[in-house]
Amino acid sequence: MLRQVEGSRAVADAVALCRPEVVCAYPISPQTHIVEALAAHVKSGRLSPCEFVTVESEFAAMSVAIGASAVGARAYTATASQGLLYMAEAVYNASGLGLPIVMTVANRAIGAPINIWNDHSDSMSQRDSGWIQLYAETNQEAADLHVQAFRIAEELSLPVMVCMDGFILTHAWEQVDTPSQEEVDAFLPAYEPRQVLDPADPVSIGAMVGPEAFTEVRYLAHARQMQALELIPDVASRFAEAFGRNSGGLVHPYRTDDAETIVIALGSVLGTIKDTVDEMRRDGVRMGVLGITSFRPFPLDAVRTAVGEARHVVVLEKALAVGIGGIVTANVRMAVTPERVSTVIAGLGGRAITKASLHRMLADAIAGRLEPLTFLDLNHELIGNELARMAAGRRSGPMAENLLRDLGAVASRIG
Amino acid sequence: MPLQPIKFYQTGSFVVGNRLLDPDERAVQARIDRTNSLNCGHRACQGCGEALGARYALDAAMRATGNQMVAVNATGCLEVFSTPYPETSWRIPWLHSLFGNAPAVATGVAAGLKAKGRSDVRVVGQGGDGGTVDIGFGCLSGMFERNDDVLFICYDNEAYMNTGVQRSGATPPAARTTTTPAIGPEPGNVFGQGKNVPAIAMAHEIPYVATATVADLRDLEYKVTRAMDFRGARYLHVLVPCPLGWGSASGDTIRIARLAKESGLFPVFEAEGGEVTDVSKIRRRVPVEDYLRLQTRYAHLFGEHGHPGTVARIQAVADRNIRRFGLVEGE
Amino acid sequence: MDHEKPFAITLDVGSSLANKTGAWRTERPVYLDLLPPCNQACPAGENIQQWLYHAEGGGYEAAWRQIMADNPFPAVMGRVCYRPCETACNRGQLDESVGINSVERFLGDEAVRNGWTVPMTASATGKHVLIVGAGPAGLSAAYHLRLLGHDVTIRDAGDAPGGMMRYGIPRYRLPREVLDAEIDRILAMGVRLESGCHVTDVVAALTEFDAVFLAVGAHIAKRAYIPAGDSARILDAVALLHDVEDAQPPMLGRRVVVYGGGNTAMDAARTAKRLGATDALVVYRRTRERMPAHDVEVTEATDEGVAMKWLSTIARADGETVTVEKMRLDDKGFPQPTGEFEELAADTVVLALGQEADLALLDGVSGIETEDGVVRVGPTLMTGHPGIFAGGDMVPSERTVTIAIGHGKNAARQIDSWLRKGDHRAPQPAALASFDKLNTWYYSDAHATVRPQLEAARRVSTFDEVTGGLDESTALFEARRCLSCGNCFECDNCYGVCPDNAVIKLGPTRRYEIDYDYCKGCGICVSECPCGAIEMRPEPG
Ligand SMILES: Cc1cc2nc3c(=O)[nH]c(=O)nc-3n(C[C@H](O)[C@H](O)[C@H](O)COP(=O)(O)OP(=O)(O)OC[C@H]3O[C@@H](n4cnc5c(N)ncnc54)[C@H](O)[C@@H]3O)c2cc1C
Ligand SMILES: Cc1ncc(C[n+]2csc(CCOP(=O)(O)OP(=O)(O)O)c2C)c(N)n1
Ligand code: SF4
Ligand code: SF4
Ligand code: SF4
Ligand SMILES: [Mg+2]
Repeated sequence: MLRQVEGSRAVADAVALCRPEVVCAYPISPQTHIVEALAAHVKSGRLSPCEFVTVESEFAAMSVAIGASAVGARAYTATASQGLLYMAEAVYNASGLGLPIVMTVANRAIGAPINIWNDHSDSMSQRDSGWIQLYAETNQEAADLHVQAFRIAEELSLPVMVCMDGFILTHAWEQVDTPSQEEVDAFLPAYEPRQVLDPADPVSIGAMVGPEAFTEVRYLAHARQMQALELIPDVASRFAEAFGRNSGGLVHPYRTDDAETIVIALGSVLGTIKDTVDEMRRDGVRMGVLGITSFRPFPLDAVRTAVGEARHVVVLEKALAVGIGGIVTANVRMAVTPERVSTVIAGLGGRAITKASLHRMLADAIAGRLEPLTFLDLNHELIGNELARMAAGRRSGPMAENLLRDLGAVASRIG
Repeated sequence: MPLQPIKFYQTGSFVVGNRLLDPDERAVQARIDRTNSLNCGHRACQGCGEALGARYALDAAMRATGNQMVAVNATGCLEVFSTPYPETSWRIPWLHSLFGNAPAVATGVAAGLKAKGRSDVRVVGQGGDGGTVDIGFGCLSGMFERNDDVLFICYDNEAYMNTGVQRSGATPPAARTTTTPAIGPEPGNVFGQGKNVPAIAMAHEIPYVATATVADLRDLEYKVTRAMDFRGARYLHVLVPCPLGWGSASGDTIRIARLAKESGLFPVFEAEGGEVTDVSKIRRRVPVEDYLRLQTRYAHLFGEHGHPGTVARIQAVADRNIRRFGLVEGE
Repeated sequence: MDHEKPFAITLDVGSSLANKTGAWRTERPVYLDLLPPCNQACPAGENIQQWLYHAEGGGYEAAWRQIMADNPFPAVMGRVCYRPCETACNRGQLDESVGINSVERFLGDEAVRNGWTVPMTASATGKHVLIVGAGPAGLSAAYHLRLLGHDVTIRDAGDAPGGMMRYGIPRYRLPREVLDAEIDRILAMGVRLESGCHVTDVVAALTEFDAVFLAVGAHIAKRAYIPAGDSARILDAVALLHDVEDAQPPMLGRRVVVYGGGNTAMDAARTAKRLGATDALVVYRRTRERMPAHDVEVTEATDEGVAMKWLSTIARADGETVTVEKMRLDDKGFPQPTGEFEELAADTVVLALGQEADLALLDGVSGIETEDGVVRVGPTLMTGHPGIFAGGDMVPSERTVTIAIGHGKNAARQIDSWLRKGDHRAPQPAALASFDKLNTWYYSDAHATVRPQLEAARRVSTFDEVTGGLDESTALFEARRCLSCGNCFECDNCYGVCPDNAVIKLGPTRRYEIDYDYCKGCGICVSECPCGAIEMRPEPG
């Protein structure tokens, strides 16, 4: 059913259609609307049987999901930002134990300075946690990815993180087609756990493994993610068959075939980039876009194929690996010759990524003027002042505050 | 009543399995067919009280639940010595996730079972004192507060043993640990710190809270069984001496636990809905010194350079417990 | 491993059994059976702990049979034994000793009531042993010799068998139907008894028999020289008690003075009371503490109104008075005269100054040695004359029924061995289960059961038994007070307390086994065994 709906609601409804048996959550913007909607689903009895557990922290949320999953219950949670970091230990644990939990990350920046707006710093911090990470471009895709995520997770016994941009998607009202319960039931088989805590057949889950087998355990986790490289597109095509929509898969190439310059990005920003590219194409620039849906596992072959012979590869990233630069870039550079690749850090802490800025940046890229690492729309004057202050004396005061003062956003107090 | 001494028999109900008692009145541990939830081959130190306490508690829980039970374990000695790949000592469904999340994982297990219509399967969460009173405390309190259907058992050996005997929020005053060395004017752990988690659990007004020791098996089994009569959050705090960390003889584990209770240092009681309903009276009262002297973690209190004043302060702690809980008949 | 399950993360039940933690051990627990102090103290060599173990489970017949393995007189024992076992009993250090004797009496009476008998299973040896004297030593020897397959003839000078059990110990302490029942049970085993047969020539007897056991007791009253007037009435206690038993009680008068401080003196004074004396006074040279009579006997006597006069000797007896001299104890505890005299009213003086053995029957027998009026024997109870054994009151020893019974048992075994030309040596006894080996925490507090006592009025007027027995429930209670020192009583503690499940429970009566594959040697089972039946020993090798 096609409806005008808030992204969070669309996702919550899709999750509910997947019949999770345990939903646990701790509130954090911009995830709140998703779990609130699920709470209503459970409380109203529309989603049943399902236990909605109002935990005391994100760490507990993931832990509850771990416990539930280990007894063969389909478990779901959602979080963002600080919450994801707060649960980090359990995030790694869930994948280490091979529990097919599905979690939405409503992408948001990480403090300090505290910031509730969107970027990818949170989920990127967990890229090596052993979870599959799928990034949604639209709210339709976000909803669809959750349906696929349960199927992928349960087939592989691996947890799946569905990342959707906070506010930009979660709080956006758009047309979303929500499938019927029958359709989802037909697509998503009941959860058949690979291991389960069952008094009739007791096992010990969560052994301590030493050097003699730890590498093998890790290798096997990797091998399962490699299997996911086949499973993810397979599930996407089955999904397309069942629902008549293309959602998910490993990558979304857009006008890449003859492109000399290809922009690579994840998530909702792809829409703006595509619009920009369309405009540039109208001006005859051979420009394409590669959306990466599956960041983990990272689809090296698919990226390599899509990039082909393009001369410039611009990776637009909503997260910064402080001290080196791009996170996605590092991965892309394993797929294509590194010299072609440059990094553009954009949209941190919710800064808007405008077509105008993209045009400017891409023009530089085509002209070969793009630095290997560029910060889109960086306020150079501000940076210059602060760097000068820092050079002047060690005790220059808190940097963020100084910057805001320079911007006039904070009334300067003494001195 | 946790303990019903059967006066007529030479050993009453103090021993494990008085042969003259009706088999149903004997301890679960007396049964040839007991579960042995924690099997032979585990790697606990010789005389480990935690290994003993865990088998006592879980076997009783298995019996109380008709073997329909799942256990969740925090990181710690119990976890490490029981499940080093490729060998597990557990004969029950058992899950280890992390150090600080066992109560929450247990909640998840309970929630999952409930959603799956398997509320007949009961959930026990367990951990050391560190995993319970310190790092796992947030999750524990949350589990209590929501009144999740979990029995959480803390095996209290009064320090972080698995990492080499560091101080925890359950380490008693004056005790030497590797982070409270026996040096300086006030050697060992300081006075006036530490958490009384049974009392905190009671403050949550959960259905059932109890303390026990490995020295009184019948009482421990009774409390596990009683706990299983309730739905909702339940807490059992079991004192389990650790020969390695306490510096005691491996054969003295039970003796030391007994002295902890008989000296008044470790009050044994049960509470329902936040109210104390019963206390185990001291049967043969001893001065705290009898207890302390068996453990090298208190060695600095005795001898030529000893600290008799500190011993007196510890005695005062015991005396206060005795007053507070009415541990001595007629006092 | 099921390959469906995640490798290394998820493990299957039972896998830890591959880790044999027994290799960690430097010491190992070992089950033992130690010698309980009661058993050690019992002169008849009863395995008390073992029969209490049967009794506490309600197995009275098994318990009785266990006693009968050593002592054919449980009902008598339960009345007259001075209970050295109870003095030694470890429970005495905890609260009060186990009332071993009262349980024994209960069992003995049960046996009499139910007519239990002991089967004879040994095949006849064709050897024939003569026993001289049908006191407890002789009867015990007869019983054990019959059990060993020998023919036995007892020749006894008395009219009825029993020796001092009949002619010394009064009925109010040992009812004769009880004594008769237990003696008859022995005689019914095919013992030939020739009563009224005073043996005078042992050597002659040896030609008829393969061996002889002498158990003639000590019946000749010791006398002290007391200057006495013509009208003085002086008797000896043994004669008095014998006459009472023969239903020919002497006339004692109203005021009776008994001279002596032993059990016989107490019995004489109490008997005098029962024969109508209004005043019965015991005069003794030393203090009460130094009196050889047992405490119970003294207490029972005083309860019945017997008066005591300590530190006094009788200097002279006349028609209606005795003159006593006050004594004082010197540094060494010997009574010394003070020269102070006192006159007391007395119709009769009864001398209870001990007995001597009549060894006339041994006159001229080669190899026999005597000392202090008794016959010297070796550890095998054989006298210096081959084939002649002796025991009971006639050999150097304390004089009690129980010791006599023990001698009878030992003599029987030694005679058997001598006849078979073997060398019977009792096995080396196990180490003592001393109190410090126990973990008394586990025993519930239970105080001793007091036997009912006949009320005082009836006690002084009749020869009814003074001390009653326990009924079944109180006997059971008493039996269950036993700590089972040094002998496993299947409390399951070791099975329960092992952190490594390395104690295997074999099932009722089959006890336990240590699984040395997994026992790490922590020693908790040793510490927590209530009765000290496990010991740590260094690992062999
Ligand atoms: C008054 C009194 C009370 C006592 N109370 C107790 C008591 O409460 N508890 C206790 O343990 N002990 C008691 N004793 C001691 C105890 O009775 C003796 O130690 C015990 O009976 C000794 O047993 P025996 O077999 O050696 O000799 P005896 O019991 O004296 O038996 C010897 C037998 O040999 C017979 N005999 C002797 N000479 C000959 C012969 N030449 N030919 C054939 N037969 C012969 C006698 O007729 C007699 O039957 C008491 C003793 C007395 C005197
Ligand atoms: C988050 C985290 N912090 C620290 C540790 C290290 N650690 C593992 S076990 C342990 C001590 C456990 O102490 P306790 O819970 O008292 O159990 P014990 O070993 O004493 O039985 C510690 C500190 C860990 N595993 N995880
Ligand atoms: S350190 Fe202590 S708690 Fe840990 S295994 Fe050893 S004895 Fe047990
Ligand atoms: S307690 Fe029992 S075994 Fe121990 S000495 Fe007393 S009667 Fe004998
Ligand atoms: S602990 Fe109990 S069962 Fe084990 S040997 Fe001792 S008495 Fe027997
Ligand atoms: Mg600890």
